[in-house]
Amino acid sequence: MKQFAQLIKTLDSTNKTNKKVAALADYFTSASDKDKVWTIAILSHRRPPRPVNTTLLRSWASEMANIPAWLFEESYHIVGDLAETIALVIPTAKQSTDKSLTGYLEDMISLKKKEEAEKKQYVIDQWLQLNYYERFVFTKLITGGFRIGVSQKLMTRALAKATQLNEDILAYKLMGNWDPKTISFEQLILQERASDYLSKPYPFYLAYAIEEDVSDLGDVQDWTAEHKWDGIRSQIIVREGELFVWSRGEELVTDKYPEFEVFTKVFPSGTVLDGEILPFANGQIGTFNELQTRIGRKNISKALLEKTPVIVKAYDLLEWEGQDIRTSPFLERRQLLEDLVQSLDLSSLPLALSETMTFDHWDTLAKERDKAREMHSEGLMIKRKQSTYQVGRKKGDWWKWKVDPLTIDAVLTYAMRGHGRRSNLFTDYTFALWDASGEQLVTFAKAYSGLTDTEFRKVDAWIKKNTVERFGPVRSVTPQLVFEIAFEGIARSSRHKSGFATRFPRILKWRHDKKIEDANSLEDLKAMIPK
Amino acid sequence: MTKKPLLVFNDKGIYCEKADVYLDPWKPVDKAIISHGHADHSRWGHKQYITHHTNVPIIKHRLGDIAVSGVGYGETFTINNVTFSLHPAGHIIGSSQIRVAHKGEVWVFSGDYKLEDDGVAVPYEPVTCHTFITECTFGLPAFKWVDQKQVFDDINSWWAANQAEGQTSILFGYSLGKAQRLLKHLDSSIGEIFTHGAIENMTQVIRPMLDFPETKLITRETTKEMIKGNMVLAPPSAHGSSWIRKMVPYVTGSASGWMTFRGARRRRAIDKGFVLSDHCDWESLLTAIKATGATKIIATHGYTDIFSKYLREQGYDARTEQTQYEGELSESDTKQETAKA
Repeated sequence: MKQFAQLIKTLDSTNKTNKKVAALADYFTSASDKDKVWTIAILSHRRPPRPVNTTLLRSWASEMANIPAWLFEESYHIVGDLAETIALVIPTAKQSTDKSLTGYLEDMISLKKKEEAEKKQYVIDQWLQLNYYERFVFTKLITGGFRIGVSQKLMTRALAKATQLNEDILAYKLMGNWDPKTISFEQLILQERASDYLSKPYPFYLAYAIEEDVSDLGDVQDWTAEHKWDGIRSQIIVREGELFVWSRGEELVTDKYPEFEVFTKVFPSGTVLDGEILPFANGQIGTFNELQTRIGRKNISKALLEKTPVIVKAYDLLEWEGQDIRTSPFLERRQLLEDLVQSLDLSSLPLALSETMTFDHWDTLAKERDKAREMHSEGLMIKRKQSTYQVGRKKGDWWKWKVDPLTIDAVLTYAMRGHGRRSNLFTDYTFALWDASGEQLVTFAKAYSGLTDTEFRKVDAWIKKNTVERFGPVRSVTPQLVFEIAFEGIARSSRHKSGFATRFPRILKWRHDKKIEDANSLEDLKAMIPK
Repeated sequence: MTKKPLLVFNDKGIYCEKADVYLDPWKPVDKAIISHGHADHSRWGHKQYITHHTNVPIIKHRLGDIAVSGVGYGETFTINNVTFSLHPAGHIIGSSQIRVAHKGEVWVFSGDYKLEDDGVAVPYEPVTCHTFITECTFGLPAFKWVDQKQVFDDINSWWAANQAEGQTSILFGYSLGKAQRLLKHLDSSIGEIFTHGAIENMTQVIRPMLDFPETKLITRETTKEMIKGNMVLAPPSAHGSSWIRKMVPYVTGSASGWMTFRGARRRRAIDKGFVLSDHCDWESLLTAIKATGATKIIATHGYTDIFSKYLREQGYDARTEQTQYEGELSESDTKQETAKA
């Protein structure tokens, strides 16, 4: 644990990516094989299930710190991270321990089944013999997603540096289902594994947004375009009669989409599609909001399947007849995909092709982009005809060209402190619009991003001076500041007080020039719903 | 009839009506007793300033030609039967607690303070009183300082390690107080210490009173090669400015109580955070309050609501008063914040 905590401390002591990669690479060269596997698992979000719930952790920590529970909670809201708060408030360790990272993770796995009293004793014993960073890491491993500012990509880069293996190949090896409890570093990184080939997805190829003029891409003849669908990016894998559905977050979500089981009957073994899962009630592409009813559910009921059926809108073919064809040009992969789709009876399958379009002028492409909202798409994807299917986010061959967001002027009404790098700053805001009477402000969206650090500091100071009431961590503020809020889409929703759900709301601009009377109304919002 | 309190909080500052004098007022007044030289406590525009001797040249440097008289620690002066005296607060050089006594009733205003002897400021001394007006900038159990020796060992090894990699170390700290504390404890055998103008000027004011390692002001003539591998002391506002480009390749560090939070360091895009504050941490606040023997506590700036609620649970008669000193608000202004904390 000492070595791993030291790694986290070193990563925390620099703001420079190269230094972070170097520190991780050092670690991957010197740590024990078992610890390396666990480190890879943790940094790729494969930690063991949470052995203790956070309510218990909070109460034990208050007890250890000899402070009332409310004071612990207040501290937590200000610190903005539970593990960090716990590491800070409990007394400084008087002993130390040499237990390895692996030792701790094995403890956590067996701890899950223990009685509460035993859990408490264990956790407290550890807190009292770990120094600040070890305690922070230990608690962070218990509390949740181990997000500490090190992306999987960065970790893979460091691993490539330490092992002298190709980064893309490593990224592929780390995909899919593997169990850090049983796999060795040798098996995970160094050997070829036939056994888990079956379910393994390919790393997704991701596009950057076009920021300059689209015509800078050069000869329009070299490019093809399609709509950028607003669903869940997924890989559909059929191998040896088995189906695997992976989301972009590398989550195996096969169980959530039972309607796709039918693909095992119609796709030949060794088929991998890249596509978008979309809601498709009544033969129409729906909104992301509808899809959300499917994402959150543990049990997919028959009623839900009928209410919100889904389809895969396929746009690429990555594996065909068991061959990895990612290095073939896009047009060739597309031809194989189209041949496959055309050979099937689509009327009985939850499958559609994402149509590609070619253009003679960039202007015509711009016109197509303007239709995005009525097509329920987010804009266009522009792909080079000769592009291979690459690993991760790369510039050059694939671009996303999103439609300009919808915008509305809204009033800041509530604020909460942020987390992570925004700890102790009020950065999480709730915005409201005027109701029909023009007398009441009605909450319509929350937004957390879009201001610069300087603006956040200014709004933070303003909030502290203009707090009306406190509700735990939330403060209501004097309605006075107006912000221009941008969002990607809008739909009716019974789950929202305003009656509307917006997609990806964020702050576009602080409208210093506007008074609250100038803010928009719910009626204005309603008028934005595509007909 | 209820007796009027000895000190009240009005729209100008902490006011003693009996003596017609203000403590650290935030609006112009006739007569002001000043706890220390930071901008939120010693403001411009008062007709008469009374402060500790050591603070006189400091506030003159900051505020220009003002009418100021200096007094020593423990020395009493009386205005209309109210007795005033200044006592070491240990916050920065020249910082004082202000004791106010009338007919056996004693109030103490802490100004800003810390308990640890930092080697620059005269160390804090507890002053017995009935009512203690205390800051609580870091009044949360999450704040726990370690001995400064350990922090300075860390800072010096960080500097040496950066130097070994051919990098310049830039350490941010407020130009009054933190900068001199850093300077005093930097190991000048590692290399040379360069300064930003704001820090150099303030340090020159203080040099006649205290011994500091040699510093070199960075000017137009200073070349990259001269700075390389050395230490640069700069105010937090210099971070991200064009001034700093001359130091490339460099590594940045910040010495502040706020560096307790990982997020605070990350959002300022600072490489290394050192937890070093000129304010009290949670335990020190509780220790200091206990040492005064006071039963009435007024919290002025920082996490005041939380802190006074806790004190009430501990049996104190504690409340919060609004002031314009930098407390919770200090987060809003990096300059002040990283600085003074």
